[in-house]
Amino acid sequence: MLHLLLFLIFGAICVAGAVNLLVQRHPIQSALSLIVVMAALAGEYLLLGAEFVAAVQVIVYAGAIMVLFVFVIMLLNAAEEEHTAGSRVAMILGVPGVTVLGLLVAWMVVQHSNSPSVSPAALYADPTTHGAPATIGTLLFSEFLLPFEITSVLILIAIMGAVVLAQKPQHGKEEK
Amino acid sequence: MSVIKIVLVVVILLTAVAYTVWLERKVVGHMQNRWGPTRVGPFGLLQPAADGLKFILKEDLTPPHVYRPLFIAAPIIAVTFALSSIAVIPFGTEIRLFGLTIPMQITDINTGLLVVLGITSVGVYGIALAGWSSNNKYSLLGGLRASAQMMSYELSLGLSLVGVLIMAGTFSLRGIVESQSGHFPIWLPHWNIFRGQIVAFFVYLMAAYAETNRIPFDLPEAETELVAGYHTEYSAMKFAMFFMAEYANMVTVGCLATLLFLGGWNGPVFGPAIVRAVLPIFWFVAKVFCFIFLYIWVRGTLPRFRYDQLMAFGWKFLLPLALANVVVTALVVALRA
Repeated sequence: MLHLLLFLIFGAICVAGAVNLLVQRHPIQSALSLIVVMAALAGEYLLLGAEFVAAVQVIVYAGAIMVLFVFVIMLLNAAEEEHTAGSRVAMILGVPGVTVLGLLVAWMVVQHSNSPSVSPAALYADPTTHGAPATIGTLLFSEFLLPFEITSVLILIAIMGAVVLAQKPQHGKEEK
Repeated sequence: MSVIKIVLVVVILLTAVAYTVWLERKVVGHMQNRWGPTRVGPFGLLQPAADGLKFILKEDLTPPHVYRPLFIAAPIIAVTFALSSIAVIPFGTEIRLFGLTIPMQITDINTGLLVVLGITSVGVYGIALAGWSSNNKYSLLGGLRASAQMMSYELSLGLSLVGVLIMAGTFSLRGIVESQSGHFPIWLPHWNIFRGQIVAFFVYLMAAYAETNRIPFDLPEAETELVAGYHTEYSAMKFAMFFMAEYANMVTVGCLATLLFLGGWNGPVFGPAIVRAVLPIFWFVAKVFCFIFLYIWVRGTLPRFRYDQLMAFGWKFLLPLALANVVVTALVVALRA
């Protein structure tokens, strides 16, 4: 009962933050709403028993990535958005469209939630090792080693791309 | 029961913060060949009380050009997160009082170390948002520099702790301290700093100075460069909250260093039962005090880094050193097992 209540509270905060992100005009308020969303997601992870993921969500997402977002918004002195004709059309078409899509997804989830597709292993998970860092570490380096290494290569490519994009333009290209 | 503990711990933490300010003023004063506060009470011991009264009674001015919601929220964020990481820090072993066994910790979370790291990560927002909402070029620059600096040094901070984690095998702070009990044969205690984590301790020290914006890394609040950096436009109670947040961060970082590198509450235990119960807490406080004294000592001695030197130091020296420490520690632990 408490579990359901907490899930609903965190879920409501998450959705409210996400909607606020879209509604706000000033980028810094959108960034702050996104921080609230990240924190609510960390709460949801805690409810699932994944304490390591929840802590890392706060450390990495809310505490590093969002700080960089806020940093860039402050540095570039981003002003309030303006509502052009195109964005108004997008709002008129988009808001009902997303609502219909969201209701469709929710209906499909409710339809399938009664079927026994949840694996028994997850239902009887051992509480001491379920979300524990040791379990995640073992899995990450045994079963999920390839995705782990590929993700790190992907991040390296992103870093290299950012460095190339942020370089000063070379004046007068000389072939060496 | 927990409520009593929470109230007691918060009151003690706030008093510790106030008297850390007093200690700093006395120590830096003596290092600069002057007395420091001496007039208010014996040895100036009532100076923090006088300062607190001053902050409460001062005019709290909110300039008209600031972005009000964030201007008011930023010191609240800063001080809340600075004071909340004390919740997972263990002070000692258990105490048996009136038939109850009271653990000397508010909560023992089994990912306690990650909680502290998370709280310090989110504490950056107080400073960044203060700098931005003040609508003032000095504050903005101070806020930007502070957030970039704190983010860069968080990496080195986290990595320097990974070596300790590998040796202890648990994220729980109580577990890490308990893995440091016992002695080496030559009367040397089993602390992590003597068990090969001296490089990690050095990296942690540097990263901690940068995280708490203390000299030699205090460019975000440098008086000669940025007026007062991110807290230029703040007066009275809001400034006091930033002040408290900075010193509370110092105390938290000191507690963490004590738990992870200096053996926590482990120390010689002797005497009658009531002394035995209190002695671990005494050792913990003594070690935290030594660490804070080191902080203040460095503050009185070193000049501050220029900003590019600061960032280069964090990324090009500390981060590779911390990574090398992780690799070497992991190798040694794996070869021994």
